[in-house]
Amino acid sequence: MHIAAEAIICAVLAHGEHGAVVRVLTPEDGLQAGYVRGGRGRRMRPALMPGNIVQVDLRSRTDSQLAQMTVELVHSRAPLMSEALAVAAIDWATALTATVLPEALPYSRIHSGLEGLLAAIEAAPAARGWAVALVRYELLLLAELGFGLDLSACAATGVTEELRWVSPKSGGAVSATAGEPYAARLLRLPAFLVEGGEGNWPDILDGLRLTGYFLQRDLLVERRAVVLDARERLVERLKRIG
Amino acid sequence: MASQEIEALVQALSRLPGLGPRSARRAVLHLLKRREVAMAPLLRALEAVNESLTTCSICGNVDTADPCAVCTDMRRDPRMLCVVEEVADLWALDRSRLFPGRFHVLGGRLSALEGIRPEDLAIDSLIRRIAEGGIDEVVLAMNATLEGQTTAHYIADRIAQYPVRLTQLAHGLPVGGELDYLDEGTLAQALRARRPIS
Repeated sequence: MHIAAEAIICAVLAHGEHGAVVRVLTPEDGLQAGYVRGGRGRRMRPALMPGNIVQVDLRSRTDSQLAQMTVELVHSRAPLMSEALAVAAIDWATALTATVLPEALPYSRIHSGLEGLLAAIEAAPAARGWAVALVRYELLLLAELGFGLDLSACAATGVTEELRWVSPKSGGAVSATAGEPYAARLLRLPAFLVEGGEGNWPDILDGLRLTGYFLQRDLLVERRAVVLDARERLVERLKRIG
Repeated sequence: MASQEIEALVQALSRLPGLGPRSARRAVLHLLKRREVAMAPLLRALEAVNESLTTCSICGNVDTADPCAVCTDMRRDPRMLCVVEEVADLWALDRSRLFPGRFHVLGGRLSALEGIRPEDLAIDSLIRRIAEGGIDEVVLAMNATLEGQTTAHYIADRIAQYPVRLTQLAHGLPVGGELDYLDEGTLAQALRARRPIS
């Protein structure tokens, strides 16, 4: 196998004294893992930060073998390290991606989504600008991995207007009228997910509540649930703003 | 062909950081050839440390006494507290003799992927130390990594309610660093942290 691509670093784990196993998200080949010789050394460490864009070269004799990876930094997100919210968001987005995506399957939409989200975090570290993008990215992950929500029409009546709720059971939208008697058991559907545009803070927090519910139910189960702590800390920070 | 016991010693040493099978074998041969001068003192030192090794109940440092030598050093300023991730970081800063205060070892850093949460680190004990009073400045000496900075920001939030000055180690140009060889991230940090020159 040989892959040469510009990729997003999603996870770095120390391997031995000097090396690192790095997982990167490539546009055409999905999540790829590789061993970076000297990955824990002074020269490579600044490049191997989750969220960075790198040019990777992955080589292995067989597809099942852990590839040897060489890395060259293309764009660093290290300047964001002094921004608490930005750091928490990058940490969560990359950890989530590394945890839920199977390796070696192409997910070009997820790559574009993650690239867009990280760019939004970089452009506006103050959260209001990218929190909506985070909700959309989490929805995209759910959809691409087969757990998408159906927000096109009311699951009960089929109407396409006034969609206000989501059923936690089916993941389908529910209209305001159909959902009112069951409001306590339904999840709020923020308008920006149906009508587009930017949401206000209560809407954004509703969106995170919505995606968080389905992430926890469908993707982050058993051992994968360990990453949820990072999401909780991010959401707590966002709640303090909103 | 080495005996089983010698082979076991080689295996044990080869697991140490910086030692592989070949260098472990050379180390063992050195010890075997110099039993009285090298092996015996090494054995005595290992036994002494093994018998009295303990973790400091105040700061989390590893020492042969509790509280450790750093915490009981009356020359250190108890109003300054430096928070580090690991004991190795404490030893590095202590070796430099540049920080005049005391330390607190977290025992790691927050990690989403490894599932390391605040309750897995010595953060609560840090907060208790600060809450007891008597500390004017807390220096966060976390690594300049995503996880290190996530940890630093989390601790900063927890400490915000206390009347202490909260500072962090500077990030940027390393000593001896040539601009041409530095990465974009380090350069950006260095530019951000630039100061007037007097």
